Amino acid sequence: MSQRIVIVGAGQAGAQAVATLRAEGFTGDITMIGDEPFPPYQRPPLSKAYLMGTLERARLFLKPETFYRESGCDLVLGTSVRSIDRKSKVVELGDGRTLPYDLLLLATGTRVRRIRCPGADLPGVHYLRGIEDVDGLNAVFHPGRRLCVVGGGYIGLEVAAVAVKHGLDVTVFEALDRVMARAVSQPVSAFFDHVHRAAGVKLLLNTGVEAFEGSGKLEAVRAAGTIYPADIALVGIGVIPNMELAREAGLPCEDGIVVDQNCRTADPAIFAAGDCTWHIGREGACLRLESVENAIDQAKHAAYAMVGTPRIYSEVPWFWSDQYDLKLQIAGLARRTDQIVLRGDAAQRKFAAFHLRNGAVAAVESVNAASEYLVGRKLIAGGARVDAAKLADASVPMKSIG
Amino acid sequence: MPKIRYIEPNGMERDVDVPVGWSVMEGAVKNLVPGIDADCGGACACATCHVYVEPEWLDKIPPKQDMEETMLDFAQDVKPNSRLSCQIQVTAELDGMVIRTPKEQH
Repeated sequence: MSQRIVIVGAGQAGAQAVATLRAEGFTGDITMIGDEPFPPYQRPPLSKAYLMGTLERARLFLKPETFYRESGCDLVLGTSVRSIDRKSKVVELGDGRTLPYDLLLLATGTRVRRIRCPGADLPGVHYLRGIEDVDGLNAVFHPGRRLCVVGGGYIGLEVAAVAVKHGLDVTVFEALDRVMARAVSQPVSAFFDHVHRAAGVKLLLNTGVEAFEGSGKLEAVRAAGTIYPADIALVGIGVIPNMELAREAGLPCEDGIVVDQNCRTADPAIFAAGDCTWHIGREGACLRLESVENAIDQAKHAAYAMVGTPRIYSEVPWFWSDQYDLKLQIAGLARRTDQIVLRGDAAQRKFAAFHLRNGAVAAVESVNAASEYLVGRKLIAGGARVDAAKLADASVPMKSIG
Repeated sequence: MPKIRYIEPNGMERDVDVPVGWSVMEGAVKNLVPGIDADCGGACACATCHVYVEPEWLDKIPPKQDMEETMLDFAQDVKPNSRLSCQIQVTAELDGMVIRTPKEQH
């Protein structure tokens, strides 16, 4: 068994890899390097309870400090990795130090996509990816302030929900013709569109932001030729995988670091896990996923392979979002599907959309409908054909279907 | 700070100080009590923090909400005293509460 494992990236995947490596009996040295000054923490609450102020910072951390000590994992925080020398099996850190490895795990995650337009660098234009971003946002997040959210995706809408609850005046600009277009299907978009408007969010679709204006600090947002006065802007227009380290080391990359079904890169000594990977999905097509589930499961699979007991990664992906009192839960990917079956009543704020391919469930999107979500997950994993009429009938218990 | 006693299926007991306002799940995860995965971090989205609450404590904690009830319905080895530990907030009154962790979460 290899003796030195180095993990680049101290996030959800990195923390899971440490836990699984030890659980699987790895007894060698583990070093985890993170560029943020924090040990691994949960990102999902950042745009929800942490921004709301109902979850303090200490509760974000995935593991207590004692976990790393007891696991014999050396945490190197606030430090970037400059390069990988695959031939000598050494990583070079930003501070010039070098660390030898026998096996390397790249759990480098993503970074925010920055908007390119005039005024994008003005103070008052915020992004949301890490703890410090939210602390910066929180400092100005006061009732009555005018918040312009650029991008009607998960981050933008979760922030909009918190902001409107907090008494801010919120306008969301979405360049496409519906919200969360990349993440959910049309009926679910339409539902959340309605919910946000009813809550008092001004939602502008088909409206790309052209510029941020102000002298010395943000004062307005210009979109579709109109000026919208603004105190704060929050840009949530997606993320970019951190794969430069891999690419510069000569590892194949697409929209992510290419890995096989054991989470191994083209170099047998280097693995990758989480948001940064370009991997083979369970339906055969390659893809990159941004999710806690994928970070946890890929990290587990990388660890299995690192200790010499590889298993094939083919989990059903799942996602969630909390907006207002609504829990959106998604399992599977609604791609190349040919039928949508709706169940429940959106007006009752409890419904689900099942996406079928050749009569079998490929994905489920549920709002406040946990049985639909959980049975949906099972149905996706099982792959059997379902009776669409039964599925659509909310009086037929989900348990009898799955 | 309230003390919660976590008992593993093998009988291993741990008394853990859990701050008021934290969940029973957080008390376990942040103190390395095994057997609670809590993949979603407490969002009631994954049903991997199933526990058994010792019966004498059941009436001291708020009843299950719909979402928890439904998520639990699909957990393994569900008993009348099953709960999702992320949905139980620790209060001063819960000092001494006894929680048993299940054999597995799926």
